[in-house]
Parts: sequence; C-alpha cells; structure tokens
Amino acid sequence: MTTVPAASARRPANSALRRFLRAPSALIGLGLLGLLVIGAVFAPQIAPQNPFDLAAIDVLDARLQPGSTSMGTDITYLLGTDGQGRDLFSAILYGLRTSLTVGVGSALLAGLIGILLGLIAAWSGGFIDALIMRLVDLIMSLPSILVALLMLALLGRGIGNVVLTLVLLEWAYYARTARAQALVERKRDYFEAARGLGLPTSRILLRHVLPNCLPPLLVIAALQVARAITLEATLSFLGLGAPVTQPSLGLLIANGFQFMLSGEYWISFFPGLTLLAAIVAINLVGDRLREVLDPRALK
Amino acid sequence: MLGWLLQRVAQALLVIFAMSLVVFLGLHAVGNPADLLLAPDATQIERAELVARLGLDRPLWEQYLNFARSALQGDLGRSFVYNVPAVTLILQRLPATLELAFAATIFAIILGVPLGLYAGLYPERTFSKLIQTGSILGFSLPTFWVGLLLIMTFSVSLGWLPASGRGTTVRVFGVEWSFLTLNGWRHLLLPAINLSLFKVSLVIRLTRAGVREVLPLDYVRFARAKGLRRGRIVVMHILRNIMIPLVTVLGLELGSTIAFAVVTESIFAWPGSGKLILDSINALDRPVVTAYLLVVVTLFVIINLVVDILYRFLDPRVREEASA
Repeated sequence: MTTVPAASARRPANSALRRFLRAPSALIGLGLLGLLVIGAVFAPQIAPQNPFDLAAIDVLDARLQPGSTSMGTDITYLLGTDGQGRDLFSAILYGLRTSLTVGVGSALLAGLIGILLGLIAAWSGGFIDALIMRLVDLIMSLPSILVALLMLALLGRGIGNVVLTLVLLEWAYYARTARAQALVERKRDYFEAARGLGLPTSRILLRHVLPNCLPPLLVIAALQVARAITLEATLSFLGLGAPVTQPSLGLLIANGFQFMLSGEYWISFFPGLTLLAAIVAINLVGDRLREVLDPRALK
Repeated sequence: MLGWLLQRVAQALLVIFAMSLVVFLGLHAVGNPADLLLAPDATQIERAELVARLGLDRPLWEQYLNFARSALQGDLGRSFVYNVPAVTLILQRLPATLELAFAATIFAIILGVPLGLYAGLYPERTFSKLIQTGSILGFSLPTFWVGLLLIMTFSVSLGWLPASGRGTTVRVFGVEWSFLTLNGWRHLLLPAINLSLFKVSLVIRLTRAGVREVLPLDYVRFARAKGLRRGRIVVMHILRNIMIPLVTVLGLELGSTIAFAVVTESIFAWPGSGKLILDSINALDRPVVTAYLLVVVTLFVIINLVVDILYRFLDPRVREEASA
C-alpha cells in the first residue's frame, strides 16, 4: 500500500523531466549552472592561486589589467588582480564557492524547517495553525533587508550568521506552500485509506502527504536559492555579511568598488558578472520548473 | 467597518510591540552596558551603584517597561558616536531617504505604466516581449549590482551624472531638499532610478496584467462599439480601473522602499538614514541602531495601515465586502 503513490508518481516525474529539458532556456540555465557549480566545487584544483594564502600573493601585482603576467611568478592573471594583488579568477572561484554554499545551505535548512512547520500547521489546525501562520505573515510582511539588518546588528558578521538570517527569512515561503498543499492532499482518498489502516501520523505526513506536496516546494526552493544568493551578496556588499577572510562574490564586488571610480573596472565587474550568471541561471531553471510542475501554469 | 478598523489597528500595534520586544531583548538586554561605561579599575561598590542607577538590577519586564516608556516619549538614548539623541539623528537624516523613496516611486509610475500598458495592449509584439524579459531581470538583479553598472556607465564612462552625494540643497521648513535645484536633481537621478528598478518591474507586471484582464470585459467592448476614440478608452476606461490596485501596491511598497534605500544610499553615498544605520552598525552605536529599527518599523506599519484603509474607501467592492 505504501509503495503505490510512490510508484505512480515515478511516471509523471519522468515525463516532467523530459518536458523540462524541452525548453532551450532551461538547457542554457542548467548548462550555465553546471559550469558554475563545477567551478565552485573544484575551485582548489582549477584556481591558479590560493587567494587566501598570503605567501602566494604578491602586493607588487596589485590592480593589474586582465591578461597581464605576474612580476614574480609565471601566473597569467586572466581577469586581472585586485587591490592586494590577488588573482581575480581564483578569488571569484572561491567567492562563488562561498556564495553557492550559503545560498543552497540556507535554502535547504529553511526548507526543512518550513515544510515541517507547514505540515504541522495543516495537521493540527486551531491555535497552533493560527500561531504558525501569523508568524509566516509577519515575516513575509516585513522588508527582508530590515529583518537582515536587525539580525546582523545583533549577531555580527559571519557566514553562519548570514545563513541563520536567510533561514529566518525563507522558511515562511515553504511553510505557507507546504500547508496549502497538505490541506489539499488531506481530502484525497489515499489519505483516508492510510488513516483507515491506522498508520501513525508521522508516517502518513512524511511518506504519503509530503511526496505529493513536493513539486511546488521544489519550485519555491529553486527561487529561494536565487533570492538567498542575491541577499547574501547584498549584505556582504554592505559589509554585514561574509567576513573579510572568506570573501563571497558580494564582498569581492564591494572591494573593487573604490577602484571602479578611477576606471579600474575589472575588480568589481568580473565578480559582478559571475553573480549575475549564477542568479540568471537559477532563475531560468526555476521558471522552467514552475512551468512544468505547477498545474496552474499549464494552459 | 469599525470592527475591521479596530482589528487592523490592533494588528499594527501588535507588530510594533513584537518588534520593540525583539529590539529590546536583542540590542538592549544583551551585554552589560555597565562594562562599557565603567573604568577597568572601578570598585565593586561603584559598579553596584551604576547598575542600580541604570536600572539593570530590576527584573527584565520592568526594564522593558522603562525602555518602552522612554521610547514612547521619543527618548531612545544618546548616540555613542555623535553624542546627540539617537531619535533626533534619525529624524534629521530621514528626509533625504524619503526624498529618494518618493522620487523612486514617481519614476516607477512614469516608466512602468506606459511600458506595462504597451505590453498589455500589444502582447504579441517583439517590444512587448522585451519589456516582459526586462521586468523579470528587474526582479532578479541585485539592486547594488545595477547601481554599480549605472555608476560605471553614466558617471565613469560617460561622465554625465555625479556618482555621490546630494548636491546643492535648499532649506525649506528647516529641512534640506535636493529636488528643488537642478544640481540636486542631477544627483538624485541615478540613485532614484536605481531604487526604482524593482518597482518599475512591479508596475509593468501589474499594469500589463490589469490591461489583459480588463480588455475583454463588456464595458470596454461597449465603449469600443460606441465608437469612442482608442486613446479615450485606454485613459478613461482601462487606466482608471487599473489605478486602484496599482496605487495600493505602490503604497505598500513605500515602506520597503524606505528600508531598501539602505543599499542605494550606501552605493551613491546618499546621506540618508540608511547610510547612517550602516555606519552605526559598524561603529556598534547601539542607540542609533535601536532608534532606526523602531522608527522604520513604525513608519512601515503606519504606511501599510493607511494604505489599507484608503484602499477600502477607494474601491467600493472591497468596502461592501467588509461591511457585509
């Protein structure tokens, strides 16, 4: 009995995947995203220089144009160097690593908490439901930057604190969707059947209701990753996010900002381009996911 | 109607109360200010005296009541950095932020309504699809990134517009305003465009969706059948009906525009309250951070409340629904 919904779900999932790949925009997004993820994961192997190793950095090489070669070593700086003589290409790979980790990590954690609370709200109803949903309303009504300012003023900068802030901002979106979806699923026959069999609540919620709620939650997750990366970059740009020792893309852009006014554009521009590529790629994938998975989007 | 109004006001007060509690617990009660204020060689007695004078020996709820009482009287402590009352500091900087936020909202209407109208009236044209794509970009691009691009293009490369500051200001009612001078406008233009980016996209989407929704309705078709000029139908029949949701959403957005001005102010060195809060967070100037958060949240809640009430008066359908 328990395998029935899972087995019947496999076929639509397969066709959904095929439909997903039919759109050229999704393929472009997926390809770009794959490239960026590979770059981030294998940063230590790909990068010509470890940007955090002070011994590897030569201050004499500071603010070199893209394509110049180092004075001391034989490294060619493909994208130029920053204010401290760091190879920008290497710094971008490591920064991308931080940005993607924060984005994906916070989205996963928020998803876990949000879905759980959403299911609990749908299941229990009454006071607990009202309490959770009012909290959701409160979080969603406040401007995200205001909540972030408050949190980071309290906690101080740091990767962990940024992730915590993002989780606080994001869980509400999952919770609302999970609850709405679960309320629909509650009225289905399979739900009654599982209840009739006397299965424990946790098993019904996690093994029967949750898998059927997943498609719209996946769409939310994709868009929340993009949102998290954007907000993290913004906070780091403002000097409230990533610490100086672990610069994300946002902080790299901020570091180059002062040089931009004197025409040394590349220090800000290339990290900015990478950030743009990441956000656009995730949005393309997320949009296509929504078209494929959201029944309301089908005309 | 009255019941709804009371409920809505109570809700607003609850949000402010919750926020004040969070701010109090987070910024006020954590860490002992006595450690900051006392000399390292202070005796135990001096310490106890100071703790008693600051009220730190009272139970937490009593401390909160004291905090709330002085907050209601407009006293949130003195800035450690500037040594002036924190609230005064915020209120001095707020007009610059409001000026920026209003300019951004006006830009959003000037740019967004015509573009959205075009995309809604001619959805199949290439330019309409371009507008659609552009509005998606406007939603997903980080504000600070676009701000940098604007500076790079218009300030550094072309040299048309200044990249920072407010320019020449004129003093009216004791407050400095940039929008009254040509030089001030040149300074205001780029930051306002930057801040309006998200709202332009929003207005485009709302207008386009509204036009698509209204266009096939009977009253529009009737107006057409009467032989009215196309321009008149668009302005008098279509636009008028879209205006209500548009004004509502833009009103609700005003609060978050003020909050998001932090980013724009930081890029363009616009001396508003957002720049102040960033400097204060970095300088650990707690009273100013507390004051900023409370003032902006209160402002935000009041704006939302007023817009909500206005919306009920503007749209007869909603009004009847509420009284029914």
